[in-house]
Amino acid sequence: MKNILKIVLFFAFVGNIFAQQTPASKQTTAISIEGATAHLGNGQIIENSLIMFVDGKITFVGSAMMKIARMGTIIKAEGKHIYPGFIALDATLGLVEIDAVKASDDESEIGIMNPHVRSLIAYNAESKLVESMRPNGVLMAQIVPKGGTISGTSSIVQMDAWNWEDAAIKVDDAIHLNWPGSFTSGRWWLGEDPALKPSPEYPKNVEKINSFFTDAKQYLASKSDKKHLPFAATKGLFDGSQKLFIHVNGEKEITDAITMSKEFGISNLVIVRGEGAEKVTDLLVKNNIPVILNRPHRNPNNEDDAYDDTYTIAKTLQDKGVLVGLGMEGQMDRMNTRNLPFYAGTFAAFGLEKEKAVQLITGDAAKILGIDALAGTLEVGKDATLFISEGDALDMRTNIISEAFIQGRKISLESHQTTLWKRYAEKFKSE
Amino acid sequence: MKKLLFVLFFLSISLANAQDYFPTNSGVKTSKSILVAFTNATIYVTPENIIQKGTLLVKDGKVAEVGKSVKIPEGTKIIDLDGKMIYPSFIDIYSDFGIAKPKRNPSDSRSSQYEAEREGYYWNDHIRPETNPIGDFKFDNKKATELLNAGFGAVNTHLQDGIIRGNGLLVALNPNTTNAYRILDTKSAQFLSFNKSVQSRQSYPASRMGAMALLRQVYLDADWYAKGNMKNKDLALEALNKNKNLVQIFETENHLDAVRADKVGDEFGIQYTILGSGDEFEKINDIKKTNATFIIPIDFTNPYDVSNPLLAEQISLRDMRKWNQDPSNLSVLQKNGVPFALTTYKLKSAETFHKNLQKAIEYGFDKKWALASLTSIPAKIIGNTSIGNLNKGSFANFIITSGDVFDASSTIYENWVQGEQNIINDMNIKDITGDYMLYVNGKNYDLSISGKGAKQTGTIKLADKKITSKFSFQNDWVEITLDDEGYTRLMGKIINAANVMEGSAFDTKGNKTSWSASKKVAKEVEIKKDEKSTEKEILVMPVSFPNIGFGNYVQPKSESILIKNVTVWTSEDAGILENTDVLLKDGKIAKIGKNLSAKGVVEIDGTGKHLTAGIVDEHSHIATSAVNEGAHNSSAEVTIEDVVDPTDINIYRNISGGTTTAQILHGSANPIGGRSAIIKLKWGENAENMIYNNSPKFIKFALGENVKQSRSTNGTRFPQSRMGVEQVFVDYFTRAKEYETLKKSGQPFRKDIEMETLLEILNGERFISCHSYVQSEINMLIKVAEKFNFKINTFTHILEGYKVADKMAKHGVGGSTFSDWWAYKYEVLDAIPYNAAIMHNAGVTVAINSDDREMSRRLNQEAAKTVKYGGMSELEAWKMVTINPAKLLHIDDKVGSIKEGKEADVVLWNNHPMSIYAKVEKTIIDGKVFFDVNDDLQKRQAIKEEKSKLINMMLKEKMGGAKTQVPMKREDRNFHCDTLEETKS
Repeated sequence: MKNILKIVLFFAFVGNIFAQQTPASKQTTAISIEGATAHLGNGQIIENSLIMFVDGKITFVGSAMMKIARMGTIIKAEGKHIYPGFIALDATLGLVEIDAVKASDDESEIGIMNPHVRSLIAYNAESKLVESMRPNGVLMAQIVPKGGTISGTSSIVQMDAWNWEDAAIKVDDAIHLNWPGSFTSGRWWLGEDPALKPSPEYPKNVEKINSFFTDAKQYLASKSDKKHLPFAATKGLFDGSQKLFIHVNGEKEITDAITMSKEFGISNLVIVRGEGAEKVTDLLVKNNIPVILNRPHRNPNNEDDAYDDTYTIAKTLQDKGVLVGLGMEGQMDRMNTRNLPFYAGTFAAFGLEKEKAVQLITGDAAKILGIDALAGTLEVGKDATLFISEGDALDMRTNIISEAFIQGRKISLESHQTTLWKRYAEKFKSE
Repeated sequence: MKKLLFVLFFLSISLANAQDYFPTNSGVKTSKSILVAFTNATIYVTPENIIQKGTLLVKDGKVAEVGKSVKIPEGTKIIDLDGKMIYPSFIDIYSDFGIAKPKRNPSDSRSSQYEAEREGYYWNDHIRPETNPIGDFKFDNKKATELLNAGFGAVNTHLQDGIIRGNGLLVALNPNTTNAYRILDTKSAQFLSFNKSVQSRQSYPASRMGAMALLRQVYLDADWYAKGNMKNKDLALEALNKNKNLVQIFETENHLDAVRADKVGDEFGIQYTILGSGDEFEKINDIKKTNATFIIPIDFTNPYDVSNPLLAEQISLRDMRKWNQDPSNLSVLQKNGVPFALTTYKLKSAETFHKNLQKAIEYGFDKKWALASLTSIPAKIIGNTSIGNLNKGSFANFIITSGDVFDASSTIYENWVQGEQNIINDMNIKDITGDYMLYVNGKNYDLSISGKGAKQTGTIKLADKKITSKFSFQNDWVEITLDDEGYTRLMGKIINAANVMEGSAFDTKGNKTSWSASKKVAKEVEIKKDEKSTEKEILVMPVSFPNIGFGNYVQPKSESILIKNVTVWTSEDAGILENTDVLLKDGKIAKIGKNLSAKGVVEIDGTGKHLTAGIVDEHSHIATSAVNEGAHNSSAEVTIEDVVDPTDINIYRNISGGTTTAQILHGSANPIGGRSAIIKLKWGENAENMIYNNSPKFIKFALGENVKQSRSTNGTRFPQSRMGVEQVFVDYFTRAKEYETLKKSGQPFRKDIEMETLLEILNGERFISCHSYVQSEINMLIKVAEKFNFKINTFTHILEGYKVADKMAKHGVGGSTFSDWWAYKYEVLDAIPYNAAIMHNAGVTVAINSDDREMSRRLNQEAAKTVKYGGMSELEAWKMVTINPAKLLHIDDKVGSIKEGKEADVVLWNNHPMSIYAKVEKTIIDGKVFFDVNDDLQKRQAIKEEKSKLINMMLKEKMGGAKTQVPMKREDRNFHCDTLEETKS
């Protein structure tokens, strides 16, 4: 009794400080969700669906009209919607807590070529930002290091974990290359020369990348007994086990980046950011290269661009046959990662079919990451990482999540923020 | 004191007999009083008074007589100018001739400097009316030659440094004398600008609006000083008062600045003469309304090199148009009757002056105006009647030309200044241009001579094959060396009225023979005809406002609009009205009801659509040229209304998202910020028309990390902690109280704009919108306000408002917050998206704002987030971006809801307005359609077409050999609360 009191008091007084949610334990009871509209993440919908999962894996996806035995706990979800967990690409969650506090920042490393630098080991599974993703349906993310030319190696995590080892879905999935820009200009508002010129540095910077990969390839072939960590870290690129995410803007740069990668036999390519990609869609389609777009909630690039340029781009690329994803890069990217469904919704408002917009942040995202055997869609055999929403999860008003599961584990939807909400809502109610 | 003596010396001695009393040690005393008569010339006494076959008589550096029949005294030197023209020499009224550029303060300290560096002068180092450049003036022979060659005979020069820059000098460009004669006026004008002096590192003012506020306070203080109220000596104010009666010439950088400068002048009864920038045509009506005389530079840009399509597509239409339209500026100014003088200012060299002026004339600028703008108008500006004309008694400053001075084919021969001759091109040189048949060594060559004066040069061909040759021409003698199977040297003289030349030739072996050349007359006439027929076609793109992509050529008109069968979100108690009609008339919401009909209205079928009030953004930083005046911890004297920038594309993008009203707030760099501008986003209107009539008065305050310079490594300004922030407020309000006591006492008092503003707050006439984050500081400001007996109107951002919502409700302050921002700095660690809901439930009036030009175009989505976070009803959520912010801004009687009698600011959506799938179809402000989704598509197409037209024109120029400039991209500036620098637009 005394102990229980202690625990209660403990939470009452310091609950706010230790607000991180306790990760859910392994699924032991089967769960059946019945009656919801299921958005499968592959463009298809099942109205009045039945979804069942056991031991963390989906065992049944079909109509609730099917006369089949419901297993385990039954969740009645008539009128609700069920989605595969949303997947954030090119995110930095868990690497920085407060943007302006340098001590909380583990986002980038010094040096130019850092393929050996790994984001996963810095990923803070207990970040207050990570837990704030879950009430919006964002349940998985690719955690990407930033900075330099080769910024490092990313990993893919799920968002209910004790530590980074627990969190990892796919370790070291990709290496991230920041391709240089071919143009340079001064900041006119600071009185610098505003002229936009072909950058004299561009060929030199491209050559640096070229010689790095040349040396790395040679090193890997030579079986040198002296270890070279950066070179060794690129092995997966050449044997196809790892993807190369090229963060690049501009049609010329995209073309150069793809050409060079192919010359090195790096076949698993993804273009990130990709402004100007709409002009080289033939090249992208021919080589099967997806494009991860930046968040649409940003201003168009040029004064003369249409106001909805950043909203319509997903539709434009998809129409030309390009596989499109949604990345988080940009200002305040960590806190904004929870707005992932609304970014997809904005693409839908401006041309994309609604289910295609869902697919963009589920099935297609998993495909781009190479985790589609495991996640991304509601299909038998895949991880039971999914959630139930009161309504359309791409719409702010109806993205209200009642239950969420990661690998079949029913996770908490509370956070530092909900704790404060409840505490103060209660304070004023009782006053 | 030395300087002063010098000045007096010039003033007291008349030019004619000055220096007579100087001892001579180089020979005997001579007096040079020769009369010179110029006869048979076309004389432009003034642009209006032209004498054909007239005579100009010059004596002692002045015009002794001018007219058709002037009696020429005996012993006069007569120069026959038959067929030539005489014009008054030009005046460059805006120059830094002979005055060295001021040295930049070398201090390399990176921290801000708040104090002045001078003693005995005004508290701000950028106010330098005492500057008198006479002491540092050094006649610049090289520059003088350049200007003389271009036809200038006098310059009005000054030290181009600081906000108030002191007086100028009027200098005759006479290299043949001393400063004692050539300085015509030591106090020709006073100069001003918005730019700080480079000689001091004092931070204030850090923005355009700060410079404007400073000017106002200086004028007030100068008056206070003149009345003998100051105990201290202030040499700057003393000088300013002394310069009061001079013409005040104000340098501006664009047409917006011109209007801003004029506004400040008008407030103090000063009509500035404005140095423009060359973009006046972009908003000519506003320029005209200033009633100012302008000084206009003619520095035209080269076409962009658009041969690289990737680079070309980065150039904005705004910049392409600049190239295309700038040459039409003078013609537009002229057609609108704006008086202006021309200047060589901004030109790298005066050499390009005539080329650019000729271009402007091609674009429709009248030659008579051109002459006036270089002679009589600049003379009038500085009130000097003895230059800029050739009336009797005026200075003999004149140019002799071969023909119309503004024709490319004319030559300026001589430029006489103060009766002293300066030869530019020998007028006795014959014109030998043309095609000749050259006979030498038994061969017939084609010799073609072109060019002007001494620079005439020839090229030689043999049966259409070019022959390498050298040609020179001097004093009627021609020398030619040609290389045709060895060198042949020719030497000969022009005879027979330049149609024939002949002389001796020395062949490659040194043998002497003879040669001759005779002119081929007929052919020349033919070529000239050809040239005429291929005269350039001039295509100037129409000007829109703003003059950028998506600008309007015609402003939308107020229409009677009947929107039928639409779902109306009233933002009133009436809630949502289905299948309802709304009639907009005379800019107001005339009627709301079912089955309305009206005659002569534009009907819009609203079936399946939603109509809402226009969105009101309580916190925005779009449409402004500056955000922060952070160089003092209080800047209550500045106002964003001074710097509203109606050319910002974000205005258009905001209306594309249904936002119709925004409070443009000062930033959060200091505890007491600047005053706001509350604007309607009437795209295409000017700043004045965007600002609300009888706008409620607001000011920005700020708390927390930004004002205590938390992210600066070398902050030195008080306050550096939240403790200090409180004391800043207590201090300023205490001083404002004392100020009020003095003001009310009837005693004389120094009018202080900052204190006046703070008094308005204390008296409830001005409302505070305070940037705030954590609960301690929110609570603190409430207590400070209560201590001084006033109310805080709005806490903006207010991310921990939910922790003190009860205190806020009790104080009666509203909260304007982000929907879900957090984690970007330490003070927002506890920011939660449920904030709006909690504050609302506690009885606080809550708005959702943007502080971000991108978010402000989709505030409907941000409102929708309050439904998700905290369970707001949709009706209440929608109010948070319409009527609630309108209430917080005290404009809820005008806008913010759909109610009969209110202003017709409404938005038509294709969907539920808070649906993620909602798109704006029309945005209507004051009954005028400012955004229409279909018109937008047309505008996109028009931009594409105009750009490709301009690109083709530029390519043509490049192919034709014109100089080009490298493309530039106009980087987007995103203003937030903590943006310190200002833009140049």
